[in-house]
Amino acid sequence: MNAISFDLMTALPEILVLAMAMFILLLDLFLKPANRFLIYVFSQLALLGAAVITALTHTSVVEYAFNGLFVDDPLADVLKLGIYLATSVTLIYTRSYISLRGMFRGEFYALVLFSTLGMMIMVSGQHFLTLYMGLELLSLSLYALVALDRDNASSTEAAMKYFVLGALASGMLLYGMSMLYGVTGHLDINGVAEALLNGAPDHGVLVLGLVFIVAGLAFKLGAAPFQMWVPDVYHGSPTAVTLFIGSATKIAAFAMVVRLLIQAMFVLAADWQGMLIIMAVLSMAVGNIAAIAQTNIKRMLAYSTISHIGFLLLGFLSASLNGYASATFYILSYVLMTLAGFGIILLLSRKGFEADKLEDLKGLNQRSPWYAFLMLLVMFSMAGIPPTLGFYAKFTVLQAALQAGFIVLVVFAVIMALIGAFYYLRVVKYMYFDEPEDHAAIVAPVDMKLVLSINAIGLLILGMLPQRLMDACAYAIIHSIQ
Amino acid sequence: MSVGLSHYLILGSILFAISVIGIFLNRKNVIVLLMAIELMLLAVNMNFIAFSHYLNDIAGQVFVFFILTVAAAESAIGLAILVLLFRNLKTINVDDLDSLKG
Repeated sequence: MNAISFDLMTALPEILVLAMAMFILLLDLFLKPANRFLIYVFSQLALLGAAVITALTHTSVVEYAFNGLFVDDPLADVLKLGIYLATSVTLIYTRSYISLRGMFRGEFYALVLFSTLGMMIMVSGQHFLTLYMGLELLSLSLYALVALDRDNASSTEAAMKYFVLGALASGMLLYGMSMLYGVTGHLDINGVAEALLNGAPDHGVLVLGLVFIVAGLAFKLGAAPFQMWVPDVYHGSPTAVTLFIGSATKIAAFAMVVRLLIQAMFVLAADWQGMLIIMAVLSMAVGNIAAIAQTNIKRMLAYSTISHIGFLLLGFLSASLNGYASATFYILSYVLMTLAGFGIILLLSRKGFEADKLEDLKGLNQRSPWYAFLMLLVMFSMAGIPPTLGFYAKFTVLQAALQAGFIVLVVFAVIMALIGAFYYLRVVKYMYFDEPEDHAAIVAPVDMKLVLSINAIGLLILGMLPQRLMDACAYAIIHSIQ
Repeated sequence: MSVGLSHYLILGSILFAISVIGIFLNRKNVIVLLMAIELMLLAVNMNFIAFSHYLNDIAGQVFVFFILTVAAAESAIGLAILVLLFRNLKTINVDDLDSLKG
């Protein structure tokens, strides 16, 4: 039992975030409304502390804790740092939005920290049980966050839809896990991988379980044909929550795909490749074509997310280390783009005005050339126009798929990216070539303006100098996946 | 005829199928959706316990305890959202949840 203290050290960032989330819940009871900003400060401190611990305890070896339930490998460290960054930036962008709408309360920050904890556990889960518990901690907190704006009918409707389809996805995932457990007799990722490597006893049942797991993961990622919740939830949730759902949580879903498909079921790669090809094709087609018809920018970005997930799957289905590294790069750049995109929407919104229609962006260049330029960078990056980050991300993913021999698929993806460029460029046209209908001054806290500028300019700089980030992704994948 | 592993698995799959059908065919009442979700988790539990007994491995049964706990938390949140839904829309009819589309 003397190993326990060592185990606790491995999970120190999780323990810190948990303690801070509970502390914030308690603190909220005793704080006067005028001192509520302390909750915000403590939330940021929790994320910063977790980031410092994760960075300082980082090693290139894979460490297991809690009898193999939990793992601390380079991939977990890189993804966790991504999650802290995304959550912290989310909190900066959303502060004024939620305080103008009466949501600046302890619940918001406690729920965000609990979902961050869920994501961290998902990223470090090395056992079906830890993966499931992390997933549920994340999902349950998110359902509550979507419904946090209590008197808003559309956010309640979005919460109900998210809840029902999210629970269905968890159920499917569990059903698949039970099948795998039955065939292999193991619940931990390495045990399952070993049992499969030593000869799968019953291929039919295994593939049945695999189908359910892939369907559950596709639900969580928002890949077609399981994407129906994404537009409704993005549209109906308060923009602050949409930003959170669209950014950080995708990293956790990505980690779950790595753990389940690549680490546990690599032996079945031939089977899941086919499923991922179908999902990638459908996601890119549905996402890019349906986005053209949207008038609500949150809904448009939801369809854009679906198409980005399609591109992400291209990296996975090449089933090579190179492909996984490019998928890691893609998910991190997707998160940076989404943060900046929703950041602009949050910047333009004010009390009683959501700025979520495409027309609300009309003439932004005349209102503020700087923010119009930042939004231009975000749109170029999402469309994959060089020299932005989005171009390099798409390029590496397509390169990996090409190396794996999926030539037709790559051609299809490029055509879809071209179709997608239409609706991103339409936003640019609205901003630069139309007359503004709305002349209100853009008011936002200084820190938000600063971080938003750094975020959007970062898309340009990282697009020109992507090597550092790419090296980090390759390093994380090579040292984590045997 | 003795009851073997396959009987439990068939029962589990029937329960799972009923719950999925309940989610997709039900157009009337949101509460029925919550019941279908519960049933789905119970179907999974049935599978886990059957396999756990068959494999002589206790881990599957421990997993079931966790699933039961999560299911309780899940229905608490589901019912809370349901109350909000009724307060805001004055209905719990699935067909009336149609303000978000496009």
